[in-house]
Order: sequence, then C-alpha cells, then structure tokens
Amino acid sequence: MNWTFFHKLGSPKWFYDLSARLQPWFLVTGVLLMAIATVWGLAFAPQDYQQGNSFRIIYLHVPTAILAQSCYMMMAASALVSLVWKMKMADMFIVAAAPIGAAFTFLALFTGAVWGKPTWGTWWVWDARLTSMLVLLFLYFGVMALRAAFDDLDMSSRATAILVIVGVVNIPIIKYSVDWWNTLHQPATFTLTEKPAMPPEMWLPLLVMVIGIYCFFTAVLLVRMQTEILRRERRTKWVRGIVEAEASK
Amino acid sequence: MSSPAVSLRTSFGALISRELQCALRKRQDLANPLVFFVLVVVLFPLGVSPEPSFLETASSGVVWVAALLSTMLSLDRLFRDDYEHGTLEQLVISPQPLYLIVLVKIALHWCLTGLPLLLLSPVLAVMMHLPAEHIPVLMLTLLLGTPTLSLIGGIGAALTVSLRSGGVLVSLIILPLTIPVLIFGTGTILASIDGIPVAGYLATMGAFLMLAITLSPFACAAALKMSVSS
Repeated sequence: MNWTFFHKLGSPKWFYDLSARLQPWFLVTGVLLMAIATVWGLAFAPQDYQQGNSFRIIYLHVPTAILAQSCYMMMAASALVSLVWKMKMADMFIVAAAPIGAAFTFLALFTGAVWGKPTWGTWWVWDARLTSMLVLLFLYFGVMALRAAFDDLDMSSRATAILVIVGVVNIPIIKYSVDWWNTLHQPATFTLTEKPAMPPEMWLPLLVMVIGIYCFFTAVLLVRMQTEILRRERRTKWVRGIVEAEASK
Repeated sequence: MSSPAVSLRTSFGALISRELQCALRKRQDLANPLVFFVLVVVLFPLGVSPEPSFLETASSGVVWVAALLSTMLSLDRLFRDDYEHGTLEQLVISPQPLYLIVLVKIALHWCLTGLPLLLLSPVLAVMMHLPAEHIPVLMLTLLLGTPTLSLIGGIGAALTVSLRSGGVLVSLIILPLTIPVLIFGTGTILASIDGIPVAGYLATMGAFLMLAITLSPFACAAALKMSVSS
C-alpha cells in the first residue's frame, strides 16, 4: 500500500492547502443537511405515541451526544499518534478538537435537561448516562486546562497526549462504575420509557442530522486547525507569503 | 565502562532511606493533609445536619470524599521538592528503571500520608455515627482505595510538576478519573450496612488497585520525562 498520502498529512502546509479546499464543502453540506433534518424532524416526522412532540429534541440531543463521545476517541487516537510518531498535526488536532468536544458535551447535557423537564418532571437526574456525560465534560475541561497551563509547545503537547490517553483508559471504567452505582442507589426512580422500535420516518431525519453534524464538526475543526497551523508556522516562508498576499489585496 | 553498576537493591535502599529522611524532616507537611482530612469531615455535621440518622447514611461518603481531597492535596508535594532541587533529573537519568522509582516513591508517599489517614478514619467514623461493625469495612476500602488514589494522582502530579500553578490543576485533571474508586469505596460500605456480602466489592477495588499499580507508573514515568525535558 502507498503511504504517501498518510505521511503528507503530517505536513502543515499540505494539510493547510487541503483543508482550505475541503472546508467550504464540509460547511455547506453540514449546514444543508442540518437544515433539512431540522425541518424534517421537527415538522414532518410523526409524533411519538407516548411523549408527543417533546421527543423531537432527540434530533439535536442524540447527534450531539454521539459526537461528544466520538470526539474524545478521535482525540485519543491522535494522542497516540502524537506520542509515538511526534506528528505535529496530531497535536494540533487535539488542540482544535477539545473545545468543540466540550461544547458538544455541554449541548448534549443541556438538551437532555430540556427534554428531562417535561418527560421526567425535573431538569437533572443522577442517572448513569447523565453522570458519565458530566464526567466526560470534566475530562474535556481537564485537557483544556492542562493545555493552557504550559508555555512550552513541545511539553504541552506531550503532557496533553499523556492525559488524553490516561483518560481514555479510564472512560470504560468510569462508565461501568457509574452504571453500577446508579443501579445500586436508585432502583428505577425514573424509568426511561422503553424506546419503541422507530419507524423509518422517525430515524431517517436523525441519520441525516448525525451526518450533517459530523460535516459541521469537520468544518469547524478544519478552521480551528488552519488557525493553529498559521499561528505555529508563522515564521515560515509560505505563511508569510499567504499573509503578504492577503495584505496586498 | 569499568565502573561497577549499582545493584537494584542498593540503589532502591538508598532511595527509600533518602525519601524517608526527607519526609521526616518536614513533619508539618505530613501533618497538614491529616488535619485537612479531619477538618473536611467536621464541616459536614456543622454545615448539613448533626442528626445521627443523617450522619449514619452520609458517613461513608463524607469520610471518603475527605480522604480523596486530602490525598489530592498531599500529592502536590510528591515530586515538587525533587523537581525544584534537581533530584528528579538525577532519578530520570539514573540507570534504574523509572517505572520502579516512581512506584517506590508513590508507595512511600502512601505509607506517610495514606496510612495515617487510614489509622485516623475509625475515630472519624465513630464521630459520624457509623455503626461499629462497619468500621473494619471502611478501613478495608480505604486500605485498597487510597493507594489507588495516590497512583492515579501521581500522574497528575508528574504532569504538572514543572508548573507553578500546580495545586488546583492536579485536582481538576485527576478528580474525574478517581470517580470509580469513590463509587466503589462508598458503595462497599453502603452494601455492608444493607447486609450484603462485600467480598465482591472489595475484589473490584483490589482489581482497581492492581490496574493502577501496573499502568499508572508508565504514565507517571512518561510525564516525568516530559517535565524534566525543558
């Protein structure tokens, strides 16, 4: 197999050029799909027979929750690459992704609370899922705090990578413990109504929304990574070229 | 090349005696986390309710949270002094495996901070109205749990040792990772109060400890190498 493509990803200039070309497509696709899914899910999808219209928040809640969790996994994969191969781009990915991941975790918690009020009658329940999402939010905050504490770039990237990997080893243990704790302390104070097997009219908009949110995430991520590349490579010739071209416009 | 290599036993003997000497010369540093531990526990009856019925249910959680916070507080000093006077660099470049050095340092740190905390816990448990028959369970959970906390916290201490603003940052990045230990620590005592056999719970805590002993020194060693690299 030809690995040139993979190695090229490690070059900031090449990545910058590639992402500059791809980013608008991701943004347009993401916004379009999200708009379609929002209208479809909110206006045309059938009501839930038990929860009525309040179930419609899943079109926002589930995609943000999926992204919040998978973002940490992507960061962990990047952290491994950053530690083992010392690829600059892997570290830039972590820097760029952590705040987005935290924002999506917060959105998932927030939409969950908004849904919980009419359904469970309370904004917050110490439910296993909610609690482990809250812990995930703190893991993101920890990564961001550690990142901000260092001045030295090389040290901060190594420290962040170690912390992200330690975190990802812990995530399954935390998840399992919280599940166990919840069954121990709260034997079904609030039961989540068993999800009915969804008809396609209900899950198709959800699928579109998930894809749309991933495209949107990629678009935002690429912008953040481009900014990070420009900041770190500001002394190189090609970045100066870009800046001069912008200035002479 | 002719210089005789120092054996593992000699060098670790020297390391252990040095660590103990350093620690015993700073007695106040040993006492502070213990006083903090007692203070946090005392705050709960004062702040929430002195009712024995409330204290009985809350006791395991309060003692455990206090132990957790006090461990976090004491961890800040784990590598800091060594970092400041350069001993840490010597340890990192020494021919002995850093994994073992870290493990020894954390084990000694636990003996000097975790063990006294464990021995003090029955007094606090009695003050918190925990029924006497459950006190051995509390001590067992602390015996298995506090070394795990020290090992996990050691990673945070190693990551932040080169930073001036270490203290709060260690807690911020480590506390989320200690949640499983806290859950099982208090869960075991609550199970014991409910009359459920606790062997399985203790075994899980033992598993956490084993996992922490095997994995955490790797992360600590990597973090220490990063910290002395500048």
